[in-house]
Amino acid sequence: MSTSRLVNGVEVASHYRDANHQYQSNKEGLWLFMVTEILMFGGLFVGYIIFHGIYPEMFAEGARSLDWKMGFINTLVLIFSSFTMALGIYFIQVKQNKKATIALAVTIACGFVFMLIKYLEYTHKFHLGLYPGRMLHMHEGAPEHANLGMYFGFYYCMTGLHGIHVMIGMGLIGWVMIKNMRGDFNEKYFTPVEGVGIFWHIVDLIWIFLFPLLYLVG
Amino acid sequence: MAHGHNEHHIMPLKTYLKVAGALFLLTFLTVGAHVLREHFEPFSAVIAFAIASVKAYLVMAFFMHLKYDVPSNRLIFATGFLFLALLFGICMLDIYTRIFQGNVL
Repeated sequence: MSTSRLVNGVEVASHYRDANHQYQSNKEGLWLFMVTEILMFGGLFVGYIIFHGIYPEMFAEGARSLDWKMGFINTLVLIFSSFTMALGIYFIQVKQNKKATIALAVTIACGFVFMLIKYLEYTHKFHLGLYPGRMLHMHEGAPEHANLGMYFGFYYCMTGLHGIHVMIGMGLIGWVMIKNMRGDFNEKYFTPVEGVGIFWHIVDLIWIFLFPLLYLVG
Repeated sequence: MAHGHNEHHIMPLKTYLKVAGALFLLTFLTVGAHVLREHFEPFSAVIAFAIASVKAYLVMAFFMHLKYDVPSNRLIFATGFLFLALLFGICMLDIYTRIFQGNVL
């Protein structure tokens, strides 16, 4: 494809005036995508709050089975990963691409830690028979509320969708990290890193609200 | 083109450190309020979400660079929250008026 041209060392597609026009257009599209993310998770939050309003005691019973310490550690891990992600972009902006690679690698490592803790939480619940919806089958005793499975439906949907986002984010960060190691980015061109960064921060943003909703308030 | 030709705003490293520090502090504050929640009832949920909102602001403004982004991007993102508030508000009106009437589903 020869529809792009080099302007000041940045590849600019033919339908853009200059690199800045391209950068701003790309980012605008990215923010539109972020709106869809907010609305997708927002629907789940509103659903949770509606059914919490109808069955407050049942939701309290469900929330008791969650260990807030696990959620707390995961919150710290995600905040730290957001910080290192922001550093990754910062280091590219100040022409320290090697440091940027390290920052991105640390971010991916944090993603692994987050998913490991999620794995421990999920397997513990599976062990107790705390499955979503009708599949709920507690191995010891019976639930106080017959519809307790609904709580775990919300729990698995919300944390599961969030976990999928974490894994996709880790893949995307890996992609920009490899591109950075190949020398594809410089202080004038780093749009993919910025975009992946915004996606990763959205993942953090959603967890900031999921943590108090599921683990603390219940 | 808010920042002129090919210019990207660079936030100093210090700002990132301060924001990360504030986020960690607020997370500890959330957990502290949770441990002492019996003293704060019935406001413990409000406190938890108020702290979460401050954290969300810090992430959006500084990590996502929205503070220095063009106004149109801030407007686009705000639109998402506006429609979420609309969905939330109308659902709450519906469901809580039913609960008070003892007429749920």
